[in-house]
Amino acid sequence: MAETATAQRRTSLETRGFDAKGASLTLAPSSFRVSLRAPEASISVLEEALGLSLPRLPKTSSEEGTRAALWLGPDEWLVIDTETDPLTASRGVEALHSAVDISHRNVGIVASGAYAAEAVNGGCPQDLSPEAFPVGACSRTVLGKIEIVLWKKAENSFHIECWRSFSPYAFAFLTASARDAAA
Amino acid sequence: MAEPASFRVSGKGRLGSKGANFTFDGASYQGVEGDTLASALLANGVHLVGRSFKYHRPRGILSAGAEEPNALVNIERDPSRKVPNVRATVQEIYPGLKAVSQNRWPSLAYDVGEVNNIASPMFSAGFYYKTFMWPKKAWEKFYEPKIRAAAGLGVAPDLPDPDHYSQRFAHCDVLVLGGGAAGIAAATAAAESGARVILCDEQADLGGALRFEAGAMVENKPAWDWAQEAIAKLAANDRVRVLPRTTAFGYYAQNFVALAERVTDHLASPNPGLPRERLWQVRAGRVVIATGAIERHMVFADNDRPGIMLASAARTYLNHYGVSVGRKVGVFTANDSAYQAAIDLKKAGTEIAAIVDIRPASEGDAVQQARALGIEVLSGHAVVKTGGRLRVSSMAVRSVNVGAERVIPVDALLMSAGWTPSVHLFSQSRGRVAFDEASQRFLPGTYAQACVSVGASNGTDRLEATLEEAYAAGEKAAKETTGGTKSAARPAGVSGEAFAGGMLGTTPGAENGTTVAAFVDFQNDVTAKDIRLAVREGMHSIEHVKRFTTNGMATDQGKTSNMHGLAIAAEVLGKDIPSVGLTTFRAPYTPVTFGTIVGHAKGELFDPTRRTPIHPWAEAQGAAFEDVGQWKRAWYFPRAGEDMHRAVDRECKTVRETAGLFDASTLGKIEVVGPDAAKFMEILYTNPWEKLEVGRCRYGIMLREDGFIYDDGVVGRLASDRFHVTTTTGGAPRVMNHMEDYLQTEFPDLKVWLTSITEQWAVIAVQGPNSRKIIEPLVEGIDISDAAMPHMSVREGRICGVPTRLFRMSFTGERGFEVNVPADYGQAVWEALWAEGQKYGACAYGTESMHVLRAEKGYIIVGQETDGTVSPYDAGLDWAIGKKKRDFVGIRGLKRSDLVADGRKQLVGLRTKNPRTVLEEGAQIVANPREPVPMTMLGHVTSSYWSENCGHSIALALLQNGRKRMGQTLWVPMPDGAIEVEVTGTVFFDPEGGRLNG
Repeated sequence: MAETATAQRRTSLETRGFDAKGASLTLAPSSFRVSLRAPEASISVLEEALGLSLPRLPKTSSEEGTRAALWLGPDEWLVIDTETDPLTASRGVEALHSAVDISHRNVGIVASGAYAAEAVNGGCPQDLSPEAFPVGACSRTVLGKIEIVLWKKAENSFHIECWRSFSPYAFAFLTASARDAAA
Repeated sequence: MAEPASFRVSGKGRLGSKGANFTFDGASYQGVEGDTLASALLANGVHLVGRSFKYHRPRGILSAGAEEPNALVNIERDPSRKVPNVRATVQEIYPGLKAVSQNRWPSLAYDVGEVNNIASPMFSAGFYYKTFMWPKKAWEKFYEPKIRAAAGLGVAPDLPDPDHYSQRFAHCDVLVLGGGAAGIAAATAAAESGARVILCDEQADLGGALRFEAGAMVENKPAWDWAQEAIAKLAANDRVRVLPRTTAFGYYAQNFVALAERVTDHLASPNPGLPRERLWQVRAGRVVIATGAIERHMVFADNDRPGIMLASAARTYLNHYGVSVGRKVGVFTANDSAYQAAIDLKKAGTEIAAIVDIRPASEGDAVQQARALGIEVLSGHAVVKTGGRLRVSSMAVRSVNVGAERVIPVDALLMSAGWTPSVHLFSQSRGRVAFDEASQRFLPGTYAQACVSVGASNGTDRLEATLEEAYAAGEKAAKETTGGTKSAARPAGVSGEAFAGGMLGTTPGAENGTTVAAFVDFQNDVTAKDIRLAVREGMHSIEHVKRFTTNGMATDQGKTSNMHGLAIAAEVLGKDIPSVGLTTFRAPYTPVTFGTIVGHAKGELFDPTRRTPIHPWAEAQGAAFEDVGQWKRAWYFPRAGEDMHRAVDRECKTVRETAGLFDASTLGKIEVVGPDAAKFMEILYTNPWEKLEVGRCRYGIMLREDGFIYDDGVVGRLASDRFHVTTTTGGAPRVMNHMEDYLQTEFPDLKVWLTSITEQWAVIAVQGPNSRKIIEPLVEGIDISDAAMPHMSVREGRICGVPTRLFRMSFTGERGFEVNVPADYGQAVWEALWAEGQKYGACAYGTESMHVLRAEKGYIIVGQETDGTVSPYDAGLDWAIGKKKRDFVGIRGLKRSDLVADGRKQLVGLRTKNPRTVLEEGAQIVANPREPVPMTMLGHVTSSYWSENCGHSIALALLQNGRKRMGQTLWVPMPDGAIEVEVTGTVFFDPEGGRLNG
């Protein structure tokens, strides 16, 4: 068998970016992602293996180092890690669960700035006020005509996850919306 | 042209001094920044601004607000920005504004269409319904086109809209609709009590009735000043959003309210970054409706001449815009509020010809004040007609109890029949209005949502009471939504006018039995006698009266006319008003542009366009693409000089001769994981799965409960508890939903989870005799020999150094592989495979060749061979049903008598007698082409192609009793003659299937 060079990775968004006063958009770094499903009984074992707590409440997330777990449903988490593959950690877990690699399925976009919430609210009907959507809040929701996972990583900074082929739409939509929010 | 006389009153109004030149019908005028087009025209003495819809009667400016029925103009910013039917009372002027009148030809002063007015007795209510009944044929060819050409107001723009529109979702504790005294008070109280507040108002300047009510006081200062201070305070609060020029136009379920904000229409050269309009979709904890009241006109003969307007409008023009609407002004009223207009005008130096008061003895404060100023007050009198053509020149006045008419010259006539509370948004919220006998008006009755009406819209007449009510409402709404206990300080020193009283229906001289043109609905040219005629002709429900006469059906939705129309109908019917009923108020409150509704959803944002990871490569190769749902798929790869047919012929030949590469990334993919994965698959698919070995694949069929085919696809078993399921491209989302639906509602006890992996994996199909040789040098860790990896197997390993799920499968009938790699590697792996493929003369092929190749093998495509009424038996897929299975979705459906009956349509092949004839997909199949129409149709063609590999055309068809008709000659009738076909099996190429295994 011939030795082959490793194939080059190409994202769906190339080098897109948008910068306006108070609302800028950047591409999130490529990351490992796992769709994790598990019943209550398996959670503690998985938490130990993954090295972070799995949030139990709607609209909450947890973070530990480069790894984060976003609550998406009563038995569903989106685990994102910018450095190491969470599957490596979960592979040995025998407790009942499903871990599926979706690293390439999703693309992350970061909207930040004083008007970031307004930019997201251009197409997302969620209440993004600090009371309703504090730092760390996350939700599977919509942006215009597509589904996204919205995660407030910091004050004035939102991480938006969408499927790969929807990312040009998401980026263009957020650009139009950020332009309006910053206007 | 001499300098036109100015009606601007020095020392009056709240506008600055910055001039703004604009044009109306080509003539240049000067206005002041802050003017509406209406106030600026009135300042120049221009009242004639339009022609009415039906009779082309000269019309002026009736109101000073959103209720305006008459003063509709075209605003032409540039050739691509021509906006028809703009209310001159809402449009603010800017330097260079260009306005053009509508519904007139050749000019506003001389309009040929005015002939309709002379012939008006002909155009009674229901005229169109009665006149154009016969001959029936003339409707389509003659009447309708003519009526359409003559109908309509304004001219639609003929160039694409260059502006952009934006949308925003917002949440608040308290949403206040209307920025008059009540709205400002409610918003202030809510904000002071700790709530997140949004306050919107349709006007540029908030203040509502305080724009004209000059004498009102709050905190012992002019109420206008109090209002402006309160607004400034609200605007400075970062938990409050104040939205001027913003109309709440729709009130939907659960306090979801739509607001349209006009962002740039008032600016001379707007920043191109700004949207023209912005749609706010607000979800509010509580809504405070403070939408005020709208003054009604008096219904008397010739009440529509330019110069005749609502008293409050004249007062607004004076007190807010500093414009007197005439030099010698008459007043015709049924309540006190019009007196205040006369008093303010008189004090500003305008002559008041007389106040004609229909009430027998009016002796209130306002009357005393008017008399004290030397204004003649004619109590118990009515205006019975008016003079003038393009502008009112006189009013004929007489006692309400008949008597001699006295003609009084006037150049403007103010009228007030009282105030109609604006219950539109309350009604839209599904609240039920109740008729208040004492005040003869509909008021908010039963609430359906968490909202409250305050102020004039709630029938609260005095400013003191309005503020008290609004403060309490704002405070209560805030406390209920925030749980706070903070109270807001109430203002002291409040005094103002009351607006109660008035009349509904016609005045003496226009009563039942008269034939005068006393207009009820100005915009649709509906008169009192039209409404009476409608009742006499049998329209006894107000809904029927409305549709027969079109009263209230114009773009103003009858804001000034509904109550009058109702009262006139009630009078003729001899019923009281509530038993005749009120028509329903519907969104939008005022017209909303399509742009606002569309928002960002145009151009590339109209709908997501989905592209595969390999798309850039295909694009660079010059592929033609086709839309498959939201996906762009490579359709075919033409080489120089090739049309689609040649390209497809070459691609199909190449695949079978050597190999081809196909981008199958759009296939739906679902990972089914868990100890009960096989059990779940058994339920969702007709096939057996429990015994499928790890590393093997199976073609699966999914049914609906009714037994008809829902989707299909190849499924690979990666582990005992893990399946890699593929679906059709178009079926991916619905199959996922279908599966989740059953899992969550019917089989929640199963330990299995579903994850969409459609976009995790790019899929490259490598098909053809040389496919293995092409992938071999790139694959690591998988033995891909025929012995180790036979047809319908799946392995995990690496290709080009990246992980792959490698399927040995085929949708072409050739030896084939489907290479799954993580999506971001898709293009690189494709390029590596392409380079290998070049050594064997392989081609890239698109969806068209994919279709031909699978049809040559008789493989169905769900949605092409099936249409939701095809069972697996019909499609010849009996073999895919697990015979020993006791349950799967659709198993009982398959046993329905209709599904097992003889005579069902079954999938067959068709060969044309002339091998070069390609049938049309969808064409019908008959036994006897000479049978008279309608012929007995036996079935239809589902797929049809030229097959270069077979050397003849091929077709698949659904045919009644098809499998019993093998070898029969049938016919496909076409416009230019019937085509002779022979019924065959569905497999046209390599019927033994040997090529699959290499």
